[in-house]
Amino acid sequence: MTAVPISLERAQNRICRVSRGLRSYPMLSAGLMLILFVLLVSLIGPFFVPREGIQVGSAPPDQRPSREYLLGTDTVGRQILAIIIYGTPLTLQIGLIAGAIGLSVGMVFGFVAGYYGGALDHLFRGAADVFLTVPGLLILVVIATTFKGAVSVMTQALVVSALAWMYPTRTIRSQVLSMRERGYVQLAKLSGMSGPEIIVKELMPNLLPYLAASFVSAVSAAILASIGLEALGLGPQNEPTLGMTIYWSLYYTSVLRNLWWWWSPPIVMIVIIFVGLFLISAGLDQVANPRLRRAA
Amino acid sequence: MPLGYVLRRLAVFVLIIWVAATVNFFIPRLSGADPVRERLLQMAAIGGTGTGTVEEVIKTYQAKFGLDKPLWQQYLFYLADMVRFDFGVSITRFPNSVAGMILDALPWTLVLVTVATLMAFAIGSLFGALLAWPRSPRFIHVLAPPLLTLSAIPYYLLGLILVYFLAFTWRIFPLGGGYKVGTQPSWSWAFIQDAAYHSILPALSIVLSGIGFWALSMRGMMVTTQGEDYVTFAEAKGLRPRRIFLRYALRNAILPQTTALALALGHVVSGAVLVEIVFGYPGVGNLLYQAIRTFDYPIIYGVTFMVIVAIGLATLILDLLLPVLDPRITYHRT
Repeated sequence: MTAVPISLERAQNRICRVSRGLRSYPMLSAGLMLILFVLLVSLIGPFFVPREGIQVGSAPPDQRPSREYLLGTDTVGRQILAIIIYGTPLTLQIGLIAGAIGLSVGMVFGFVAGYYGGALDHLFRGAADVFLTVPGLLILVVIATTFKGAVSVMTQALVVSALAWMYPTRTIRSQVLSMRERGYVQLAKLSGMSGPEIIVKELMPNLLPYLAASFVSAVSAAILASIGLEALGLGPQNEPTLGMTIYWSLYYTSVLRNLWWWWSPPIVMIVIIFVGLFLISAGLDQVANPRLRRAA
Repeated sequence: MPLGYVLRRLAVFVLIIWVAATVNFFIPRLSGADPVRERLLQMAAIGGTGTGTVEEVIKTYQAKFGLDKPLWQQYLFYLADMVRFDFGVSITRFPNSVAGMILDALPWTLVLVTVATLMAFAIGSLFGALLAWPRSPRFIHVLAPPLLTLSAIPYYLLGLILVYFLAFTWRIFPLGGGYKVGTQPSWSWAFIQDAAYHSILPALSIVLSGIGFWALSMRGMMVTTQGEDYVTFAEAKGLRPRRIFLRYALRNAILPQTTALALALGHVVSGAVLVEIVFGYPGVGNLLYQAIRTFDYPIIYGVTFMVIVAIGLATLILDLLLPVLDPRITYHRT
């Protein structure tokens, strides 16, 4: 029985420490709060809003926001509130999957290029530079038009991930380059550790905040790319992702027909997501690089 | 400028174009079927444009792609076509050539993107520099959070909001298009005025959301240059703050920004393509959108290729200009 108060105290201590930590990183905590809000909407919303609302013809078309339809309805009779609640997690899902794939590939390329250098470095860095120069959206359009027809949320995530690896590759590579010559890496080398071992045991733990920051930016870039593709009509046609909602609202010229309740909620949601992710990655940069804190 | 540097940059340019052409060739073939043929056969089945024309197009394409030849030969022929900007003919608007349609649309995009990007770059860099400058007026700091928030919004969504308020509700600007309906594009003064008027909103959405991006990196650079010895020395000499700001701190901070400009171009163009759709602007973005809606593959591939070539060219020019602007850039590394 005595164990309970101690662990309680410990938990309290931990909460105190976390909250103190968050207070000294206002950007990070503001960003986390915004993303938490988005997550809450998509987690709690389904308990209050039935899924039928996203189906075509589930409500009368073009209704203004009212008591019955809180955010109104669109031209084909879908309820905007339901679309937002069931569509936001899909958009986040695409971003998370594509961001995770992008970061993983970027980590392999970046660590190998940065640590081993030489021909591998030329190859990976060259590829990353070439693909960074090219407008990614157009390449994604070519890929997406190839899979025309029924695209699922998963396929969409895979398509977007095709161009999500370059930026992580670049940033990780440059970090590894500056780390490679440090004393503890040299020592590890001298003590007979193999290359992959040094990368995993010495370099990765030291780069954790950077990796976290580049994961967040990779997710953000992936969401941006997927919304862009979807706004062109190249997304999961039957899913109410935020980008597809923008596409349909453009398709049915909602702006010119003054259906402001149709196009504005997805934009608000997208802005919250982007601002939140931006603040988190900027905040993580501050954690990783204390010099930035003074400048802020 | 050493010849080796120029040659390396040229090699990168060729590499970019090769990647663009190769992506266009292989990705559609990864799916197993040739989407162009499939689309044509589908159209023939529906009888959308009359079977006669479709067969004609199919013949043109079969002869063009040499579908009986091995893959590597097709690939070489394809590369040769791309280099000559021969993208074939449009499926939905047969027999218009894709290259011609792109050439009609490209100037609109180029002017819009170039002007808007340079404005965003100039305003954003100045704003960022002032943000880091201790003597700058208070309102600069008040403006920072809203401008940084705007930079988190994709261009075209900002455009949508601008259209709603400035064009639909208050009717200050036209709702869309590149020029007044009913007029023919020409080089007359009246037409240019009209086109400029129509381009204000699309440009504004690119500029507004671009400012924050440039300001942020500029601020970082300014913080660094202000700590440098030469700035301290200039202060010790008693130079006027304005001169220190412009000639010492800003002059040195702006150069890395120009490097970022070369890298950001692809991103800007991706955004601009979507802006054009929101505004119904007659550039390549809109052409692409129409092509996607009608599955007009030759146009999709043609637009992709041409835009990548244009960006590769712009990057090449910037890369060659940079060492002239900034003597610190070494030719030998990177």
